[in-house]
Amino acid sequence: MLAEMGQFALAIACMLAFLQTVYPFYGIYTRQQSAIESAKILTVLQFLFVLLSFLILSYLFLINDFTVAYIATNSNSALPWYYRLSAVWGAHEGSLLLWVFLLSFWSAAVALLSKRLPIESVARVLAVLGLLSLGFYLFVLLTSNPFSRTLPYFPVDGRDLNPLLQDIGLIIHPPMLYMGYVGFSVAFAFAIAALLEGRLDSAWAKWSRPWTMAAWIFLTLGISLGSWWAYSELGWGGWWFWDPVENASLMPWIAGTALIHSLAVSEKRGVFKSWTVLLAISAFSLSLLGTFLVRSGVLVSVHAFASDPARGLFILGFLILVIGGSLLLYAVQASKVKSRGRFELFSRESMLLTNNILLIAALIVVLLGTLLPLVHKEIGLGSISIGEPFFNRIFSVLIVPFSLFLGVGPLVRWKRQSLSELSKPLGSLLILSVVLTVLFLVSFASHFTWLALLGIFLGFWMLCTNCYELYLRATHRFSLLKGLIKLSNSHWAMSLGHAGFAVLVIGITMTQNYSIERDVKLAIGESIAFEHYDFHFDGLQSVQGANYTGNMGIFSVRKDNHLIATLKAEKRIYTVQRMPMTEAAIDAGFTRDLYIAMGEVLPDGAWAVRIYYKPFIRWIWFGPLLMALAGVLMILDRRYRTKPLQERF
Amino acid sequence: MNPRRKKRLLITSLLVTGLAVSIALVLYALQQNIDLFYTPSEIIKGKNETGVKPEIGQRLRIGGMVVPNTVKRDPSNLKVSFDLIDNGGESVTVFFNGILPDLFREGQGIVAQGELINATQINAFEVLAKHDEEYMPPEVSDALKGLDHLKINSNK
Repeated sequence: MLAEMGQFALAIACMLAFLQTVYPFYGIYTRQQSAIESAKILTVLQFLFVLLSFLILSYLFLINDFTVAYIATNSNSALPWYYRLSAVWGAHEGSLLLWVFLLSFWSAAVALLSKRLPIESVARVLAVLGLLSLGFYLFVLLTSNPFSRTLPYFPVDGRDLNPLLQDIGLIIHPPMLYMGYVGFSVAFAFAIAALLEGRLDSAWAKWSRPWTMAAWIFLTLGISLGSWWAYSELGWGGWWFWDPVENASLMPWIAGTALIHSLAVSEKRGVFKSWTVLLAISAFSLSLLGTFLVRSGVLVSVHAFASDPARGLFILGFLILVIGGSLLLYAVQASKVKSRGRFELFSRESMLLTNNILLIAALIVVLLGTLLPLVHKEIGLGSISIGEPFFNRIFSVLIVPFSLFLGVGPLVRWKRQSLSELSKPLGSLLILSVVLTVLFLVSFASHFTWLALLGIFLGFWMLCTNCYELYLRATHRFSLLKGLIKLSNSHWAMSLGHAGFAVLVIGITMTQNYSIERDVKLAIGESIAFEHYDFHFDGLQSVQGANYTGNMGIFSVRKDNHLIATLKAEKRIYTVQRMPMTEAAIDAGFTRDLYIAMGEVLPDGAWAVRIYYKPFIRWIWFGPLLMALAGVLMILDRRYRTKPLQERF
Repeated sequence: MNPRRKKRLLITSLLVTGLAVSIALVLYALQQNIDLFYTPSEIIKGKNETGVKPEIGQRLRIGGMVVPNTVKRDPSNLKVSFDLIDNGGESVTVFFNGILPDLFREGQGIVAQGELINATQINAFEVLAKHDEEYMPPEVSDALKGLDHLKINSNK
């Protein structure tokens, strides 16, 4: 009964989304104030109904109602309660429900938090969001209903959640990622609403900026969580595989990064406005494309789910409708957008333009690498795969100008900057970064490589220029300390965000150049030594979990005869799906991780063991964390809270 | 030329050079990193679509079923070899030095990435097994369709 109620609530939410689209537009065209004002109420109501539906599905998971097909295939009574909850979004149907739930969450947030915006503009934004929701409700209800029953012959117990997904990282990774994906819909709706209205000014940029930033924060966190999960859970010790589905999340992130920079220019200087609109459309379109790629099963990927052609066709149609429609609108309306304000070749504006060009180049590379195998197969040339080296090589080239400009950009003035004024401090900063790079490599690197030198230099270049910029800005009017306190939140946000990126680059460089990976054969009592560490295989224990059994290998790690860590790596068999899983043991550290994963037991009783030494790998996730924190600081900037907004957007 | 035109020329030529360099770079990187997919029969008889056989030394991906009782291990290290077969009936041998994935089993579909060392042998640097019961790369499942009817000395 409850499941039917869940489905019913979903259908009501779908109807409300329809009204939320039609009513405000009707109100705007017939100038009926009450119809315009209904947008907010309809949005909140729609949110409440989808929330109800989501809560019902979660509850059904908690009470193990295996008469529901989706629960029977993705849960099990032996599953701990927190994994039963996360199993709600563990597969196709539920993750789409999560998607549409988050979409209405963002819509409700817009409805409730934009009191200072003119009601007509909010109504347009909400109507666009309603249209998007409507598409997804229809998708869920028509092709992937999470509430369908298995009656009359329902199973006694469920088929269990995929063991790979039974991890703390996977409880939070999908909601974070989806918050980001779906969050770009707000920036998209603002852009479409502005195009419909035919008015794009800096107030528009100002209003859509915090929303875009919020979405970007979630996406950043979601992607890094996914990377951390892959590292700790998949047992390969990698942090990024250029898997098509990872690429699908990276593309909106790159577009979103370009968007938050371009929005800054549009807000402050009133230029790049139509470009910003295009980016807002692209960021969300790429989120949709990502969903299509993941959900339609056209991609061969770790993340691929059992595919159903009807679903793929539906999303493809929706994708064409949304992207085609918005680009058409853009083509018709964008010419009306006039950018005022001129700038010289060497100015903050052109620095940010360079940032955007390089980001778009990176985006195109990822898009090409992801879609080319699909195209190649469809035109009958056979299946191909594009390997990691392709992406790695191109990104290691693109990152060089990107990082160099990132260092210079914040030092350059708006409109015009004389080159001679900057050349001297930049020269000193260059020497300083080289010195720091050499010191760093001498202390932490085991041997010399050019790529490492380049990467670390770029990292320090960004850090040094960043500190210098802070110093300049702080001492501009006050003493250093007072100046630092007086700096605005959004200025700190820029500094912190750029520092986070520098940390990321240093982490990637060290991990990629100085990791040591050994697959070895070890019997109990044997040991292996490398990189000053001695790994000793102490023994084996059997373990028994709620829904798995397994073996636990115990390893002691010594450095100069000092015990550093005892690592317990597990090999589990999940009993319901008969699926083996590797639980790696990791000794995490600020400058290095030690990583052990159990392979298979060999015929003579010894084990194949994977032992990794990964320098600075934590920095890869610490950097994005700083970037996300920077985003939070930016949203908290006074500008977005106190000043009442008079002008329409 | 007046300064404004000069500036425009500078910008345009910079953009064109940048574009040309990036296209060249992308194409070069692509050329080196595209790995074609073959089934064991295609390695021996040539690709179904084009009839082209892979060259010795070429990097490629191969997908097929691990023939039961062909997995041989070196007792002193992690070297392993096994035969792969598909519904075309031909089989090739894959050599690998490392840890096989959790789901690697005899009689299962796998994908390997590596280099062709002679007409019927491949040196793999990566072996992937399907990662849950429902998921199998489409190209492998195509290659294995109807395999049950072939006479393999299976212990099933």
